[in-house]
Amino acid sequence: MRRWLAGPFGLILVGAVGGWLLTAPQPIDPAQQARAPGDALRGARIFHVGGCASCHAAKGAKGADRLKLGGGAALATAFGNFQPPNISPSPDGIAGWSLASFDNAMRAGISPDGRHYYPAFPYASYARMTPSDVADLFAYLGTLPAVAGEPPAGDIKFPFNIRRGIGLWKRLYLDDDPVIALPADAPAPVRAGQYLVEGPGHCGECHTPRTAAGGLDRARWLQGAPDAEGRGRVPGITPARLKWSAAEIAEYLKTGFTPDYDSVGGSMVEVQANMAELPQADRAAIAAYLKAVPPKKP
Amino acid sequence: MIRSVFAAVLAIAVTLPATIAAAGPIQDRQEIMEGNGKDTKAGGAMLKGETPFNAVTANKILANYVAAAKAFPAHFPASSKTGGDTEASSAIWSMPVDWKIATDKFQKDTVAAAALKPTDAAGFGKAFGMVTANCKSCHEGFRIKKN
Repeated sequence: MRRWLAGPFGLILVGAVGGWLLTAPQPIDPAQQARAPGDALRGARIFHVGGCASCHAAKGAKGADRLKLGGGAALATAFGNFQPPNISPSPDGIAGWSLASFDNAMRAGISPDGRHYYPAFPYASYARMTPSDVADLFAYLGTLPAVAGEPPAGDIKFPFNIRRGIGLWKRLYLDDDPVIALPADAPAPVRAGQYLVEGPGHCGECHTPRTAAGGLDRARWLQGAPDAEGRGRVPGITPARLKWSAAEIAEYLKTGFTPDYDSVGGSMVEVQANMAELPQADRAAIAAYLKAVPPKKP
Repeated sequence: MIRSVFAAVLAIAVTLPATIAAAGPIQDRQEIMEGNGKDTKAGGAMLKGETPFNAVTANKILANYVAAAKAFPAHFPASSKTGGDTEASSAIWSMPVDWKIATDKFQKDTVAAAALKPTDAAGFGKAFGMVTANCKSCHEGFRIKKN
């Protein structure tokens, strides 16, 4: 038996068992989980910060249709086409979900049946959300219209379609640590902005370049990146790359116009529509944080 | 004398192709959009109270929008998909129906806005909003930022 284990077959077996354990989904510790009941009114703000409608509502949806979350257009990337699912409170969506399931989806990237989600769903940012914001968002989603039907399945290329492999990806890129170490005396709006940008707002998912393994390169945080769908570039938004004042950044997020009255374009149009729904203090906080991002990660 | 004529001819021969290469549909449409940007900046400044409201200027801005919207779609021949520093999306040529809808709407909205002939800031704000709503919706699908 011992000799058998030491042979090549044994190595493969040990490797397989080790790999299986390394890639296993890691649910949120029950002590850290979001607690019911959430507040749906507060959740509306988180819904807009998180940009849920941008992916889960139909492409081009306006007004009340942005609250019908039956699953939107696929995100076409080099890894394949990621299809956002139905997250409306319908049996085809999340009607039967517990808050614990929702929390594990949002902050650990795990489906109710225990599989890894593809990180096109930006849980590596949502992992920084507070449990109470997750609970509030869940309560809010429950108040939205139920949409019947499931969108078509996604189409992910080999080997990225092996979901278990995402377990390794998570070991590299999923944690709830702040990306930027702010000075101890950082003003409250900067801290509030850090939470919004690094957490629910998931700005870094597009504005930060990715490594070959598809994780965010935190050494180049918010420095601009190629568009994930291959259309041009997403601009850098660090102080070195974006020369606007904090007031101008907040105004852009509100109106969609740059200081020179160029307009928002591309996928930022959806994002700006979400940002316009926020209280002014949140837009100001986002701007304050962006102005405080150090040139290099300390 | 002969020398200076020769020098002048040479200078023209050298500069002319460069001029021709720089002009063309890409530059033309960029100039139209730059004009829109200048007008929108001036209009926005008036609406924010940064500059005093002036009805003549306001109506001139709206008239400029009408002219820009009318001229704009003619500057996208198939030969101008790439080149220069164009930010035009390939969707302009691959989705011609949607492109036509967008440019038609821009023309219709600019004509309707100018027809309001605003006499005060509130009226201008309404007309201005009718036009500038087109910026985002068109730039969402038909412009690609390169930097």
